[in-house]
Amino acid sequence: MTARIGVVTFPGSLDDRDAARAVHLTGAAPISLWHADAELFGVDAVILPGGFSYGDYLRAGAIARFSAVMESVIKAAGDGLPVLGICNGFQVLCEAHLLPGALTRNQHLHFRNRDQALRVESTTTAWTGGFQQGQEILIPVKNGEGCYMADERTLDELEGEGRVVARYIRGNPNGSLHDIAAITNAAGNVVGIMPHPEHAVEVLTGPSIDGLGIFTSVLAHLGARV
Amino acid sequence: MARVVVDVMLKPEILDPQGQAVANALPRLGVADVASVRIGKRIEIEFDGAADLDRAREIADKLLANPVIEDFTLRVEETPAEGGDQ
Repeated sequence: MTARIGVVTFPGSLDDRDAARAVHLTGAAPISLWHADAELFGVDAVILPGGFSYGDYLRAGAIARFSAVMESVIKAAGDGLPVLGICNGFQVLCEAHLLPGALTRNQHLHFRNRDQALRVESTTTAWTGGFQQGQEILIPVKNGEGCYMADERTLDELEGEGRVVARYIRGNPNGSLHDIAAITNAAGNVVGIMPHPEHAVEVLTGPSIDGLGIFTSVLAHLGARV
Repeated sequence: MARVVVDVMLKPEILDPQGQAVANALPRLGVADVASVRIGKRIEIEFDGAADLDRAREIADKLLANPVIEDFTLRVEETPAEGGDQ
């Protein structure tokens, strides 16, 4: 059976179409989910895309957290549904307390967009099983508030439990502590990543096709679970 | 009508690059004796009836501030009586 991957559109989402296309390229069916609708239509996984949900008012992701769809996503994530938050989606996951810490203004204050090298640090999550431990990948980063912050205890916990999923290498684009680019929850089903794997899925438009691994990994994860 | 004012500030240990940028601009105004600048948010909540500090605290805690990076304080602010002088 074809896996059905939900992609949420909030007011101000920008990368929902790109995320849906990445899902489509892996052979799975992208299902559009709407912020004001609590219905998840029985999807097998959910992607919260990049953009500026609710105009980034108050704090990035702060208002999206209280949308109807997020109530369902939070509940389903607790039951093990794979959830991926990309960029603004990562911010929403932190605001929703599905992931620890917070994403703050880039330390140098500039919006940063460029192709970014990452090292995959954990391959035990629902979204990274197809990578090799320590694999270097190249995907675009584009954010103004991507600086990952957490207290020492949280950082120690993330590091100690192997929950740092990817780290920036050859330059930290935003000042994130411990060069953190992606983290996961304790169960490994929820992943937040600041750079954009959905922009690195086709040779024509991306710096690589390294991003595809995120979307194929979740299919393998779902297949193994069935 | 009653107003509760919520001040949200980044925690002291969190770097405030906006505040730093402002501080760095001050010498261009000829100001040399400022040690630091930090930027926060002031939010005014108007209640229909009496000011409900507990409700305001809940709003601040759940939505207005992110406890991972921010602290907040709140206080009731007297508003001029209706029809009074502004």
